[in-house]
Amino acid sequence: MRYLPLTPSDRQAMLATIGAGSIDDLFVDVPAVAHLDGPIAGLPMHASEMAVERHFSALARQNMAASHHPFFLGAGAYKHHVPASVDHLIQRGEFLTAYTPYQPEIAQGTLQMLFEFQTQVARLFGCDVANASMYDGSTACWEAISMAGRVTKRSRAVLSSGLHPHYVSVAISMARFTGDVLDTAVPVLDADMGLDALVAQIDDTVSCVVVQYPDILGRIGDLSALAQAAHAKGALLIAVVTEPVALGAIRSPGEMGADIVVGEGQAIGVGLQFGGPYVGLFATKEKYVRQMPGRLCGQTVDADGKRGFVLTLSTREQHIRREKATSNICTNSGLCALAFSIHMTLLGERGLRDLAALNHARAVELAERLSAIPGIRLVNDSFFNEFTLELPIATRDVVHRLAAKGVLGGVSLGRLYADQPQLANALLVAVTEVVSDDDMTALVTALTEILGAGGAA
Amino acid sequence: MSGLNPTGWRPEMAANDGSTPPMTSTGNRALMLEEALIFEIGTAETCGVDIAPAPTINSRLANLERRTAIGLPGLSEPETVRHYTRLSRQNYAIDLGLFPLGSCTMKHNPRLNEKVARMAGFADVHPLSPQETVQGALAVIDQLAHWLVTLTGMHSVAMSPKAGAHGELCGVLCIKAALEARGEDRRVMLVPESAHGTNPATAAFAGFSVEDIPATPAGRVDVAALKARLGPDVAGVMITNPNTCGLFEPDLREISDAVHAAGGYVYCDGANFNAIVGRVRPGDLGVDAMHINLHKTFSTPHGGGGPGSGPVVLSAALAPFAPLPFVTRTDIGGFKLVEEENVGDEHPSSFGRMTAFHGQMGMFTRALSYIMSHGADGLRQVAEDAVLNANYVLRSLTGVLDAPFAASGPCMHEALFSDDGFPDGFSTLDVAKGLIDEGFHPMTVYFPLVVHGAMLVEPTETESKAALDQFIAALASVARRAKRGDPALKTAPHFAPRARLDETLAARKPVLTWKEAPLPQAAE
Repeated sequence: MRYLPLTPSDRQAMLATIGAGSIDDLFVDVPAVAHLDGPIAGLPMHASEMAVERHFSALARQNMAASHHPFFLGAGAYKHHVPASVDHLIQRGEFLTAYTPYQPEIAQGTLQMLFEFQTQVARLFGCDVANASMYDGSTACWEAISMAGRVTKRSRAVLSSGLHPHYVSVAISMARFTGDVLDTAVPVLDADMGLDALVAQIDDTVSCVVVQYPDILGRIGDLSALAQAAHAKGALLIAVVTEPVALGAIRSPGEMGADIVVGEGQAIGVGLQFGGPYVGLFATKEKYVRQMPGRLCGQTVDADGKRGFVLTLSTREQHIRREKATSNICTNSGLCALAFSIHMTLLGERGLRDLAALNHARAVELAERLSAIPGIRLVNDSFFNEFTLELPIATRDVVHRLAAKGVLGGVSLGRLYADQPQLANALLVAVTEVVSDDDMTALVTALTEILGAGGAA
Repeated sequence: MSGLNPTGWRPEMAANDGSTPPMTSTGNRALMLEEALIFEIGTAETCGVDIAPAPTINSRLANLERRTAIGLPGLSEPETVRHYTRLSRQNYAIDLGLFPLGSCTMKHNPRLNEKVARMAGFADVHPLSPQETVQGALAVIDQLAHWLVTLTGMHSVAMSPKAGAHGELCGVLCIKAALEARGEDRRVMLVPESAHGTNPATAAFAGFSVEDIPATPAGRVDVAALKARLGPDVAGVMITNPNTCGLFEPDLREISDAVHAAGGYVYCDGANFNAIVGRVRPGDLGVDAMHINLHKTFSTPHGGGGPGSGPVVLSAALAPFAPLPFVTRTDIGGFKLVEEENVGDEHPSSFGRMTAFHGQMGMFTRALSYIMSHGADGLRQVAEDAVLNANYVLRSLTGVLDAPFAASGPCMHEALFSDDGFPDGFSTLDVAKGLIDEGFHPMTVYFPLVVHGAMLVEPTETESKAALDQFIAALASVARRAKRGDPALKTAPHFAPRARLDETLAARKPVLTWKEAPLPQAAE
């Protein structure tokens, strides 16, 4: 077996050193009821590198890859061009095959990277501090709600109707066990995000208001009044960003008064990967840092006075605090944080702003072309690179018919909100820099054909 | 950074008389290169990506255009490659040498796994793609699920948890949901005192009160104490097998039967599954739920702290409560996802959802590639070689380091030592830092808590005998230096990119982000 270095004679020599007659002597503590005499039945034996690669190649060919088709899916995961150097650098063995930096003298590469990542995230979100990453946006969102409960000592959270329905599902699933009360709502197909209605829900029992920016329908709204209203009642404002490229074009939630800003960092550096691994972003104000979940990297000096970095404030964490920890999180998403940080470094301020401007402009172009098709209504007044269309027919079916034409044409709200028939005709369309003019034409043509045929049917 | 000492000079250092290495003007030492922060070398105008100009449009940004600078430095591609390459060289990694962190299973990461994970059909597929366009991706999830269920002898598996602790949470929430379905309000979770910190943290998060179960002098769970505590208020037990002392719990079946008889469930922390994969099926021991760290047993890379992946295998009793989404087979030989839209028909007792999408697909491809490469025979060999290597380390250090449980028989995949015999002023930490100078990553230190000054060595099966012999010699050398009170050990490491770092300062005055130094006052 190509991954196992011991030879049969090594094994004999080592057993002799140990004083064991056979390998079975080392498993004497396994009771007879659980003892297996040989390889588990019904499973294949070992396979060569070539055979395994062929198996995966065949399976990979059964999937429609984003880069092989006109592609417009978003809803929390976005297709951007990731420079080749990002994937090259994260595959350096010193990053890829390192562990969590518990021995900082020989982990300064990972630690300095995390310190840079934390600074990039804090600045992008308009916050004072950020942590070293969470599993993904949805778990970061729940952790933020949980943290707001610790800060305010309240247990009722108000979730905006524009929050990603899977993020809402995660929060509901967790709150069921923690006893937190969540006020939730489903979105209305309207240009108004409903921020005023949210303000009316805030009273002095509310720990936090959670609002997505841009929201699940792609809409953008000023969060300043919501932040003020929350603060007036002693509640926190949590903003959720699922498309961080947007913050190259629009004001950050922190600037508008958000107390905790969380997000999904996948759009920058990470790639689609059928949903994971992704990277949760988590930032807040300095005064709440000791209530934050997750790992934190901090600057310090070594015994010679040189600048260096360590994991710090670990008295919040499970390996020290055990049942009193702020979260049970242990592993974070280090390598995805590295990919995010490298891509963000390649972009820099100017690149991120140019990229955001390009995304927005291309989305406006496509929105205008699609809303000119008879029967299609553009729901949004405002959007960044994703918008919602209302069609005359159910979009659950439309996306399948588009796929049959080779076009990955968007995400059906009928799938995301299966129990909400009033949303069944809505389609989310995302446009990034990877979408070409030909791709746009392909979507416009295919949708026109389907709606023409659908009208007849 | 004014006030720092870039050359690392200390008063006790001799002058440059040839007895110590001369200082350099850069702070670099040949291939060991200092590297500034991106904020110190990048600029707002530099960009390492060529971006097409945006067409002219009427903005629809709701008058929320960004008006202030973000403060993000940019670097060109060559500067970026150099920055991160230099940083990488300040890290220890499995690719560089043996990485004996106990309970972390730092084994070789096969590069085939990286290659298959990057195939466009897996890496470049959207999680909400129409399901007929992702049948191959769903097949990967289904195939990996089949392997995990069969290797563990369990009923089914929840694939979506994002890491080990997330998997623990999944398993504990399944237990909580099962108790709710029975209409029982059991509040107590029993956790052995040797458990990983995530176990009590997870149980507490799920609303259980955690009670410790003591260990016997032989390093096992005290079965009598555990049985005595069972009752109508006990939801279950979270047990690690092999346990964190590196020992198999021979009485787990008896424990499981007792817990079940008392109406509770058995959670098994699967962090140490590498020791028994292919040789023992946890299902045969009465386990109801166990997470599997794909980044440990099944070799997906640790990446400097994630991403992990923590599928949870479940017994028939807990399977109905598993979270969404998951993959099932269709009548016509394909695959489909069970999600919110069809949960009522297919899986009505699910406790809900743990993450936005389907779990760590990029880790599923890698783990399946690893598993298929080994096969049922190779995986059994993995466990045997992992256990053989650990016992070889344990017995080779007899008389050098105290091994508190050596008398009770062989260990499993990790060898546990204590600081017994070190003179005053010398600690496990000094041995760890001394190992760094010898070119090795230290073992896990001060865990498990039940052993004083614990040193937990997990070599894994991907180390050769020659690599083990080198490590054993290095550890023995450092241990002897500690025992004879070598003062140079107190200031180790001497040859790492940094000397010991001031963790107290970092926690007392946290500096978590970079800030520009204030502009110097203009000279009069």
